[in-house]
Amino acid sequence: MNNLITSVGNWVDERVPVSEFWKKHISEYYAPKNFNLWYFFGSLSMLVLVNQLLTGIFLTMHYKPGAETAFASVEYIMRDVEWGWLIRYMHSTGASLFFVVVYLHMFRALMYGSYQKPREIVWILGVTIYLVLMAESFMGYVLPWGQMSYWGAQVIISLFGAVPYVGEALVEWIRGDYFVADATLNRFFALHVVALPLVLVGLVVLHLAALHEVGSNNPEGVDIKKKKDAEGRPLDGIPFHPYYTIKDIFGAGFFLFIAAFIVFFAPEFGGKFLKPDNFVQANPLVTPDHIPPVWYFTPFYAILQAVPDKLMGVILMGVSVLILYIVPWLDRSPVRSIRYRSWPSKVALAIFAVAFIRLGMLGLSQDSSTLELRLWTFVYFAFFILMPIWTRLEPTKAVPERVSSA
Amino acid sequence: MAETNGAKSALKRLRIGVVAGILIASILPAWPTLAAPKGDLDAAGTNIFDTASLQRGAALFSNYCLACHSAKYMRFKRMEEDLDLTEEEIESFLVPAGLEAGDYMMSSMPYEQSADWFGKAPPDLSLTARSRGPDWIYTFLRSYYLTEDGWNNKVLENPAMPHVLWELQGIQRPVMETVEAQDGSTEVKVASLELDVAGQMDPDAYDKTVRDIVAFMEYIAEPAKLKRERLGVWVLLFLALFTFLAYLLYREYWKDIKK
Repeated sequence: MNNLITSVGNWVDERVPVSEFWKKHISEYYAPKNFNLWYFFGSLSMLVLVNQLLTGIFLTMHYKPGAETAFASVEYIMRDVEWGWLIRYMHSTGASLFFVVVYLHMFRALMYGSYQKPREIVWILGVTIYLVLMAESFMGYVLPWGQMSYWGAQVIISLFGAVPYVGEALVEWIRGDYFVADATLNRFFALHVVALPLVLVGLVVLHLAALHEVGSNNPEGVDIKKKKDAEGRPLDGIPFHPYYTIKDIFGAGFFLFIAAFIVFFAPEFGGKFLKPDNFVQANPLVTPDHIPPVWYFTPFYAILQAVPDKLMGVILMGVSVLILYIVPWLDRSPVRSIRYRSWPSKVALAIFAVAFIRLGMLGLSQDSSTLELRLWTFVYFAFFILMPIWTRLEPTKAVPERVSSA
Repeated sequence: MAETNGAKSALKRLRIGVVAGILIASILPAWPTLAAPKGDLDAAGTNIFDTASLQRGAALFSNYCLACHSAKYMRFKRMEEDLDLTEEEIESFLVPAGLEAGDYMMSSMPYEQSADWFGKAPPDLSLTARSRGPDWIYTFLRSYYLTEDGWNNKVLENPAMPHVLWELQGIQRPVMETVEAQDGSTEVKVASLELDVAGQMDPDAYDKTVRDIVAFMEYIAEPAKLKRERLGVWVLLFLALFTFLAYLLYREYWKDIKK
């Protein structure tokens, strides 16, 4: 029996290098042995992506795109489809948790300088994944065709109207109609379930391929490839499998516990994940009092609100996301990890985190003070613009040759 | 050497903790703005796991609401399983003439007619408990008052719907108060309501009746909720056990890495 398995395995390997792939990316991919809590969020993002793809496929089997049918089909899924409510809540909760883990994953990179040479492309691909994820979740949010879906789409799409000269034509082209309507819903459905998931999965593959080419960073920012044993294995590296697969399974269990608590006991999450207004079918004649975006977009929405001019606001909002692309070149520090930097880096990152959260809260509320919006918008941009200065001037500690402890 | 290192890193962690604490505290005062304003709604205090309450609510809903309103996403028959009723009970007590147990809960009133009578078609009530919230419905159904111009409501001004439950509650009259705005102008507002003519029920019994209706509306807004929370307990127990075992496995594998 064993012989048979081995010979079949060899037969396949001679044609497609399956075991070579397994070795390169899993069993002989050497990751630093000192990953901490922050290093769970990469694998968790992947877990959520798989959840979104699988639950999404099942939702697509019962969902009926179309202004006349969409809302009712979601309620049909919630009531008459066997386990439909569970699949739908896993998908809607997954969408929000996707952003939770991705934000923490990005913060990890900022903390430990994971974007620095030679990982610039890993970072760039990551930022692109984040951008596509934003588009993907925005379009997904429109599909239930509730009041918030409809009016949220109306607000976001109309932002493109700020583009000079072609704005109006552009908005019409995106909507496929003179207002958000059936045509808009159908194209968003196509993009949400086919086009963008394909792009997302492709980008994730590239993100991992780029990472495995240069190797993972670690909390110390030590380059583990500099010290290798006789067989060329990094002394401070351990095989991804079984060490990190086992560790990530533990992390996944912990994460799933939290996710399951939300799915089973608070799927609306106090109106943050599923808004009360979205339980009312889209009605072009009734504008809701307040149309805030979902929580994960609110920091950028707050930046938009901080600027009186529409076009400038839209530009600033765009820049606030796109500026992430040049972080590898804004950071002039000779060391990666915040552990070997001085207080300016630590204080700046802490204030930036506060600014981001505070902007998120301001974007959610409908009577935020303009002064505060502007203050935190200023802080948000100051973090990036001043980064080359403090990272060059601040003293740094010598990074050790080896990772000291696990 | 190892000890001083340990002490040092402990001190460092403490410092990070203090800084993080201060930063979080700087955000906290703003949290209340995040909570949606509840206004002055009364807490509904419903319990959708109380099957008797849901059954009473179903009967009341069928008697008082279904004449004009529909609950078009909800099938009568689903109550067989969820509310512990037989098909005969559903057919004879809950389903209006012309409909069957397998049908959706449609109103017996034609849409065009109701729109003519009330100026506005009565909204479908399938999801009202999710869009408005149980507290809103509970307070709304207890806040009708009668003036010379007819029925009005403290929660929803000039509602198209008359006070359907007035025979149960009785007639409430408004107690007016004059409020002076900052610019000196005055406005007469309804301060509170008082019961003028007693109904068939005393106020406590009426509150309980409304609570039953609201509980039923919470149930039809998300029938899966009954199953969801019961199942959730087992899922969480399983995941806790799974995570614990995964942790033990992790410790075992990492023995030779962590020294």
